[in-house]
Amino acid sequence: MLALAQLWNLLAGYAGLVSVGQQAFVGLGGYMLFAFTVYGGIDPLLAIVLCGVVAFLFAFPTALVVFRLRGAYFAIGTWVVAEVYRLVFAQIRPLGGGTGTSLPGGVTNSVFGIDIVRTLFDFRTALARDLIMYWTALALVVLIDTRRLFHSAFAPRPGALGDPRLRSGRRKRGRRWLPHQAGWVYAVTAGGTGMVGALIYLQTARISPDAAFSVLDWTAYVIFIVVIGGIGTIEGPIVGVIIFYLLQTYLADFGTARAARRRGCRPNICAMSRMPTASPPPAATG
Amino acid sequence: MIGWIDTIIQGVLLGGLYALFAIGLSLIFGVMRLVNLAHGDLIVLAAFVLLAVVASFGVDLVTALLIAAPIMFVAGFALQYVVLNHTLGRDILPPLLVTFGLSIIIQNGLLEAFSADSQRLAAGAIETASIQLGGGLAIGVMPLMTLLSAIAAIFALNALFYWLPLGRAFRATSDDPETAQLMGIDNRRIFAIAMGIAMVVTTVAALYLGIRANFDPSIGPARLIYAFEAVIIGGLGSLWGTLAGGIILGVAQTIGAHINPEWQILAGMWRFSSS
Repeated sequence: MLALAQLWNLLAGYAGLVSVGQQAFVGLGGYMLFAFTVYGGIDPLLAIVLCGVVAFLFAFPTALVVFRLRGAYFAIGTWVVAEVYRLVFAQIRPLGGGTGTSLPGGVTNSVFGIDIVRTLFDFRTALARDLIMYWTALALVVLIDTRRLFHSAFAPRPGALGDPRLRSGRRKRGRRWLPHQAGWVYAVTAGGTGMVGALIYLQTARISPDAAFSVLDWTAYVIFIVVIGGIGTIEGPIVGVIIFYLLQTYLADFGTARAARRRGCRPNICAMSRMPTASPPPAATG
Repeated sequence: MIGWIDTIIQGVLLGGLYALFAIGLSLIFGVMRLVNLAHGDLIVLAAFVLLAVVASFGVDLVTALLIAAPIMFVAGFALQYVVLNHTLGRDILPPLLVTFGLSIIIQNGLLEAFSADSQRLAAGAIETASIQLGGGLAIGVMPLMTLLSAIAAIFALNALFYWLPLGRAFRATSDDPETAQLMGIDNRRIFAIAMGIAMVVTTVAALYLGIRANFDPSIGPARLIYAFEAVIIGGLGSLWGTLAGGIILGVAQTIGAHINPEWQILAGMWRFSSS
């Protein structure tokens, strides 16, 4: 979740590309992981990287479609594209079609390094697997973070790092990134999102089109996290994730697990709708 | 051959429904440059309001529409006046985020109030009535009424825009909000009225949606996407274009479904991406 939040923050907070279609790449990564590991027999960890590459490559044709739209229409355009991805993957029978499919137990246990960890620390396979998942997730977060710093440092926009007001998504007209630069950010973000998606579905070991391309799980919650924490800042998503999970756990007492998950986002939205309401003065100056 | 003609006719009629979805979106964008990501959920909300009115007053659907439309007008007015007006500005991010959040609030609110059960609006015998065109072709009365309602709504809105003082205020604020304000127009009120009118059209759309198919709290975003596609295919800022966009989308979907039922929605999306 943190990794997804960082990526969305990079996209919206830094490049000014407000996308509500990131679930396209989460789902793409997840499905590619299944394709690579089940049919290609590739080691899952290597497959995660390959998934990132595939998502990166798929981002270019996607960008050709959505970059013709501007601003808010870009946002819905990305959503439409994500729906297309969902429908296309629902058509692919070997990957389970509309009902989805599960990862065979052998695949999750064949992750590179499990044997080493097991013998090194004398752990059970399941524990060793969880450890490796955790390390990979951590590595992904770190990787994404450095990548973001790279992008900020080399951003063609002067003062991108200097003025926090400028970075907080309130970009001025005429200071927009050029299309090809935005395209690169978009593609890199897509690649990262694809890798995160692959990792998530390696852990879940079960995939279905509706879950993998869920706008609520992979985009809406992510946006809440970034916005609560502070868009366009590096620590924002981290703070946001903590608040989000605290709220979710705290409010889980109010009902069944599923309802609580849904309820969990309500105060967030309240907080969120207050945020822009409270900020017109800086917006007017920016 | 008859099959294809039939497919295209059904597509045009389906397009009427999509156009009704899209008119509200198009109107809101036209007047206040606001992209309402909660539009689909507002359609579903209107459908549930209709359902509640029918259930609690025991009236028929036409009366229910007459009761629900003012309710939705007030709701839209309040929504725009209290919440959305604060988000409008140079930056496109706040309105996007707030309407996105609103979409989820509406979905969850409906889920709490009406549960996740599929509902529908019962219209009686007219649901299945059809008109024979000869040669084995027939068109349903309801789909035809849907298309005619869409056309009527566009005529009414165009009349409002070009003949009434209120419409002049709409166009003025849309063209140049600052100058309009100098001329004594209260932008916030104008925007709120526009949202109210959009909600009335949305209620009409919800009526036909509820009669045509089942609905539940989670289907809003898909309606938004259809509405959005219709607006984009038809070109921004023109209500007749929106109607054309809706019809093109409807025809693309029914042709896709004619070839393979699983391709119905994909075909519509393909039409969108190649526009």
